[in-house]
Amino acid sequence: MLTIRNLEAYYGAIQALKGVSLHILPEEIVCLIGANGAGKSTLLHAISGLVPLVKGEISLDGVSLVGRSPEEIVALGISQVAEGRQIFAPLTVLENLELGAYQRFRKEGRRQIAQEIERIFELFPALKERKAQPAGTLSGGEQQMLVISRALMSKPKLLLLDEPSMGLAPIVAKEIFQIIRDLRKSGTTILLVEQNAQMALSLADRGYVLETGKIILEGETAELLQNREVKRAYLGKGRKGFLEE
Amino acid sequence: MIGLAPILESQEMSASIILQLILSGVTIGSIYAMVALGFNIIYNSTSIINFAQGEFVMLGGMFMVSLVGPLNLPMWVAFPIAVLAVTLIGTAFERLCIHPLKMPSVLSLIIITIAGSILLKGGAMFAWGKETFSLPHFSTEKPILLLEATILPQTVWILGIIGMVVLLLALFFRFTIVGKAMRACAANRPAASLVGINVKRIVLLSFALSAAIGAIAGIIITPISLMDYERGAILGLKGFGAAVLGGLGNPMGAVVAGFLIGIVESLCAGLISSHYKDAVGLVVLLMVLFIKPSGLFGSAQVSKLKKF
Ligand SMILES: Nc1ncnc2c1ncn2[C@@H]1O[C@H](COP(=O)(O)OP(=O)(O)OP(=O)(O)O)[C@@H](O)[C@H]1O
Ligand SMILES: [Mg+2]
Repeated sequence: MLTIRNLEAYYGAIQALKGVSLHILPEEIVCLIGANGAGKSTLLHAISGLVPLVKGEISLDGVSLVGRSPEEIVALGISQVAEGRQIFAPLTVLENLELGAYQRFRKEGRRQIAQEIERIFELFPALKERKAQPAGTLSGGEQQMLVISRALMSKPKLLLLDEPSMGLAPIVAKEIFQIIRDLRKSGTTILLVEQNAQMALSLADRGYVLETGKIILEGETAELLQNREVKRAYLGKGRKGFLEE
Repeated sequence: MIGLAPILESQEMSASIILQLILSGVTIGSIYAMVALGFNIIYNSTSIINFAQGEFVMLGGMFMVSLVGPLNLPMWVAFPIAVLAVTLIGTAFERLCIHPLKMPSVLSLIIITIAGSILLKGGAMFAWGKETFSLPHFSTEKPILLLEATILPQTVWILGIIGMVVLLLALFFRFTIVGKAMRACAANRPAASLVGINVKRIVLLSFALSAAIGAIAGIIITPISLMDYERGAILGLKGFGAAVLGGLGNPMGAVVAGFLIGIVESLCAGLISSHYKDAVGLVVLLMVLFIKPSGLFGSAQVSKLKKF
């Protein structure tokens, strides 16, 4: 579905990605793990057309994405939930969701979108209760649910999730991972970026490990979980206390 | 204060004078409010202060003068044409000066708008010369008696049209998907482009919208306060004052602050001296900013995040 070959990304003189190649098959959940500053977010931004200078190849079902604007890429079927719960804080929950379907409004009309939002509300009753509230007043977990739902409103073929558990209490993070598992059942293809490697590897099909702009390891998640390098760097002792919660 | 004493001698008269002054303050204040609204619309979608906003007001008045005078069109035909002309200028300004820049800094954008305002002013001097122009009032000039003061029918027009504009804008931002997209851009620009909003188009739209609002303000004020090529600067400055006073990014605050500056100014002109009229609004602005830097209605939290 998504194929990336030899991707390089630059911020001015800084090279944040140094020849990354990866692919995602339909209905797969692929996770990407790596330390702070490895370039995970940069990779997602590059896919979404937000990095001004990229070299290499990114294609979705054979259509090249390099050089396209973010809104074209959304139209082609890629939706990103960016790092750090990027809600439209002063807008209501309902308005946030409507904007998720911004490009569909012209084609499908208000009624269709309203039905879709009702479906989202069935999945997330907490959002329904708060639909008229400014999104900024939601709790962290609710905000994360909101941005994931908003991204789903564009009916993406591929969903990019950037550290959805970041900054959430472990129990809330678990809920979010449950949501991702449910999405998988409904057949959504997902690229999941996580620092919480244990959680990510336990729900994904395959994984990639990114280090300073390069993929250093890839494989089935079961293999990666057994890999010594991964164990040492990402599942090490320091993380254990947090994970066992 | 010397001038005040004789007026206050007659209680009855002073009440009617003050009412009269407030009414004329409301009139000019409503224009400041419109200009401030224009500032806000562009600020919200781009975080830049468009210093050419005042020129849009001037151009609105000038186009109307030409359409009604030399071209002899009826008012109701000339009005939309003048608004359209200025909207096109606003759009062209964005396309030629703002749009082509890749990742410009906020400061350089602001400087570009200053350059734009000088250019528009120069162009207007070229086209219309340095004369001061007037326009016929929209309806009769016979004053209407209101309590103990009189009010010009044109003032009623002005307030009515502004009421309409504010109402339409509020409806637009609250109920249309494009209006919501504009608010989303103001709230979180990267997130807006990730949901598929074409942010550059929203910026273009915000320039078109505030040019149109500026033009409307210029058209309705010209019958009362006349228009010349230089008027844009001072109207822009006052409108900017109102926008800051109301808390940048807060349209309703801008409207209230616009009226406030207009009324304070008019009271000062009538009771103290009209020489200080222009200074008063700015002194009020400075005082408020010393005490509450985020403006009367801005939240301190939001103002910390502002780039300008
Ligand atoms: N806008 C930017 N301008 C300049 N350098 C940047 C920019 N964004 C990221 N970088 C640099 O690119 C590198 C990769 O950053 P990136 O945000 O992709 O890392 P990450 O893997 O997502 O990290 P984290 O886990 O902290 O989110 C870092 O060295 C970072 O400093
Ligand atoms: Mg990141």
